[in-house]
Amino acid sequence: MSSTFLGMPAAPPRSPYGTGNLRGDRKFPKAASGELRNEQLRRNLGKATRSIRAKRLAVTGELPDWERLRDAGSAIKTETMNRLPELLEQLERKVTEHGGTVHWARDGVEANEIVTRLVKETGSDEVIKVKSMATQEIGLNEHLDTQGVTAYETDLAELIVQLAHDKPSHILVPAIHRNRDEVRDIFRREIPGVDPDLDSVPAHLAAAARAYLREKFMTTPVAVSGANFGIAETGTLSVVESEGNGRMCLTMPRTLITVMGIEKVLPRYRDLEVFLQLLPRSSTGERMNPYTSMWTGVTPGDGPQEFHLVLLDNGRTAALADRIGREALNCIRCSACLNVCPVYERAGGHAYGSTYPGPIGAVLTPQLAGMHEAKGDPNSSLPYASSLCGACFDACPVKIDIPSLLVELRHQHTERSGVTAEKLAMRTAAAVMKRPKLFTAAQKAAGAGRVLAGRDGTFSHLPPPFDSWSDSRDTPAPPKQTFRSWLASAEGAATLRAAAEEGVPAPGPTGAAGPHDPEEQR
Amino acid sequence: MRIGLFATCLGDTLFPEAVKSTAVLLARLGHDVVFPPEQTCCGQMHVNTGYQREPVPLVRGFAEQFGDPSIEAVVMPSGSCAGSVRHQHEIVAERYGDAALRSGVAAVKAKTYELSEFLVDVLDVTRVGAYFPHRVTYHPTCHSLRMLRVGDKPLRLLRAVEGIDLVELPEADACCGFGGTFAVKNGETSSAMLQDKMRHVTGTGADVCTAGDASCLMHIGGGLSRIKAGTRTLHLAQILASTRTAPYALTEAAR
Amino acid sequence: MNARETVLGRVRDALALSGTPEVSVPRAYRTGRTLPDEERLALFVDRLVDYRARVHPCTADRTAAVVAGVLRERGARRVGVPAGLDPAWLGAYDGEVREDSADVPAPALDALDAVVTASAVSCAETGTIFLDGSPGQGRRALSLVPDLHVCVVDLSSVTVGVPEAVARLVPERPTTLISGPSATSDIELERVEGVHGPRTLDVVIRTDV
Repeated sequence: MSSTFLGMPAAPPRSPYGTGNLRGDRKFPKAASGELRNEQLRRNLGKATRSIRAKRLAVTGELPDWERLRDAGSAIKTETMNRLPELLEQLERKVTEHGGTVHWARDGVEANEIVTRLVKETGSDEVIKVKSMATQEIGLNEHLDTQGVTAYETDLAELIVQLAHDKPSHILVPAIHRNRDEVRDIFRREIPGVDPDLDSVPAHLAAAARAYLREKFMTTPVAVSGANFGIAETGTLSVVESEGNGRMCLTMPRTLITVMGIEKVLPRYRDLEVFLQLLPRSSTGERMNPYTSMWTGVTPGDGPQEFHLVLLDNGRTAALADRIGREALNCIRCSACLNVCPVYERAGGHAYGSTYPGPIGAVLTPQLAGMHEAKGDPNSSLPYASSLCGACFDACPVKIDIPSLLVELRHQHTERSGVTAEKLAMRTAAAVMKRPKLFTAAQKAAGAGRVLAGRDGTFSHLPPPFDSWSDSRDTPAPPKQTFRSWLASAEGAATLRAAAEEGVPAPGPTGAAGPHDPEEQR
Repeated sequence: MRIGLFATCLGDTLFPEAVKSTAVLLARLGHDVVFPPEQTCCGQMHVNTGYQREPVPLVRGFAEQFGDPSIEAVVMPSGSCAGSVRHQHEIVAERYGDAALRSGVAAVKAKTYELSEFLVDVLDVTRVGAYFPHRVTYHPTCHSLRMLRVGDKPLRLLRAVEGIDLVELPEADACCGFGGTFAVKNGETSSAMLQDKMRHVTGTGADVCTAGDASCLMHIGGGLSRIKAGTRTLHLAQILASTRTAPYALTEAAR
Repeated sequence: MNARETVLGRVRDALALSGTPEVSVPRAYRTGRTLPDEERLALFVDRLVDYRARVHPCTADRTAAVVAGVLRERGARRVGVPAGLDPAWLGAYDGEVREDSADVPAPALDALDAVVTASAVSCAETGTIFLDGSPGQGRRALSLVPDLHVCVVDLSSVTVGVPEAVARLVPERPTTLISGPSATSDIELERVEGVHGPRTLDVVIRTDV
């Protein structure tokens, strides 16, 4: 029951457990372990993310108002979430006024059913698809397949993934884990009638995809897309892309079905002036992506004459209900956070087990689909898949404070996990540290441990769970004397007294100008 | 100035030389260094690992120890602990504390500084009379760089050190892979990050890799020690406290 | 309760639980910028060339000659045009000109070698051309299916930045933003021109209109 009747708000449900693609089958450290040993993957990811990082910095750096655009983008998204009910109703009204039909889906299962029904009503058993995170999230292709409908992915990277029977590993470039030689091999193996001598020049690979999909674009009567933005004020939908496959899908078929997460709505048409600057520069590192399509309902004589918009919840309202976590809904799926993340760069996208990998995935996935602590849910490991280095926060075009969200989700996880060994250890540590006398005693005990250290004064092997640390790092043995005992000693007091008397030493006899001396002097 | 020195639990226990250097440096600059004796830990590890109830007494203890209004500034040789005090204590206090704790936390937060920002921003000095005739590369730790925004302040201090051969660290702003319990929970990913950081560090041919955080240095240093690299780690404070009359002897243990 | 009511109810519940932080949108970024013709042209050309579009600045009286020259050079024999395009623009072209109409099935446009259209607005800073389906631009399929797009842009319609361009659009029109020929970065994040959209984009900029 909703608040309308009871006056008491109920916590909205997460995406139903066991549906869609919001959960892997292993916890992050385990999943990452296999990926980390894949040298090819490490090289592919390292090369790709380094190149995109440089491009992004170049095109964001050339805008003097980049930070102001980020501020505006962030505020618009916050405003959007605040006004979500009225904006969704307005969007629905406007789309309907312009000849479209709006459907609502409580979760992925319902969205899949709606899309399947709409496709079947057209009489087609094939659909062409524009890359869409929402339909990947709900497992639409897999569902259509069980219903006898074949979905053709038309984005080059999605096509590579689909042909290889693989899973996407990046928001923007789902096949980022594949290099050109691997793509060539996949194409040679999977595309019917492809030139057996196809080489690995990216332009030739793109040409092969063009030839393969051309006929599909010309003949398939139904397309399914996602949406980057939906403008409440005008009912305008927008898809941002590069290859023209989006334009094809949005223009050529008779029927267009767009699946959009409810958080993708924007209040005003004018808001596009902010996001059309933030998104391309953050995602592909271009001043503008090659193609953006915007359409409002149905236009007689131009493009699909039947348009359906499916508004998807699937856990988004559960995220919205969290005061801190809801910020993750502001994401515009640019993938800048993936490209700067040191963890993503090493472990790759598959380790996250979700449609949404990387830093944003680590905060979005658990909120959409839950962390189900009692079931040993792999999602409960995602908030810990970060060193909290903060590079994602700096790169985010809408300033999502991902590190703080990670810390918050870790807290929610520990709160719901009952009493664990770790929690007991944390309690003990806090109990010791809050009593200075106990702390000092513990320091002494630690100091005594130095006798166990190796001859070089370090520990090279530690017991579990610290063995994963000591596998590649030595740990220094505690020194004889802590700082506080030194300070309390006669030596400590004398040293500080001498320092105060000495003052700041003057530059040496050679003067201040050494070979590496600073240009800056005070 | 009357400065409250926070040693940090790690510095106090494992890396006392870094804290001694901090105290000596501040004393040389003519300041009154006080060490509230009941201080222990800021609770950063707890909060970053997901525990916010457990560190409440630590947050309270910190606020009480340094709340004394006669302490004009709280200084610590750690970017991440300063980040914890400035950004996380209020989260803990808001959620699990009382009004007294919230106001105590706010008061202490406003006067808390990491060493390099205290020297450059508050004391307005970059030349501290240091002498360090060695090749040094600087790793900006994540929390100093992106949480506190210390920017190039540590580098400005280092450039003013007499005799130093300061070399740029490639991909300096990349995380070393420490991240507290991250290095234990995700040991393999952390190691992969560490390998890259060490490759860049050793590639500079530096004698010393320095930083403003003993924790990250423990991580990088632990890795360098394991591969028996020629580069050792040393806290920024130790370089800044090294002088012609009392030079740091590189032959002794790196900490 | 139907899905619509359920989802909207959940959104309201969610906001009741999380609260609505006060926010106002700071639009302190650059808007309303202007630049002299020459600088705007230079910026626009620079950005178009960067995306490997070919650029042909000319005066209005040379439109037909330049369009014909481009089509000839590219070997286009059959050219589609929207019904509302100024017929004079194809006056110097000696190949076949097919006027588009709604009864031509969109896939049939594949038989065209090229399409010539006008444009609605452009943005210099990003090298973006906006088509909005006005009579000189035709339906979206027409400027999409042929492999060569010759687009005529009047310098007066070129704005400096994105906000200035968006302000000139009519939201309800089907709008396509074009920044260079189709491209992909999907293989090793390296930009490659030419996938499903027109692989060649020639932009004729009329500097005195």
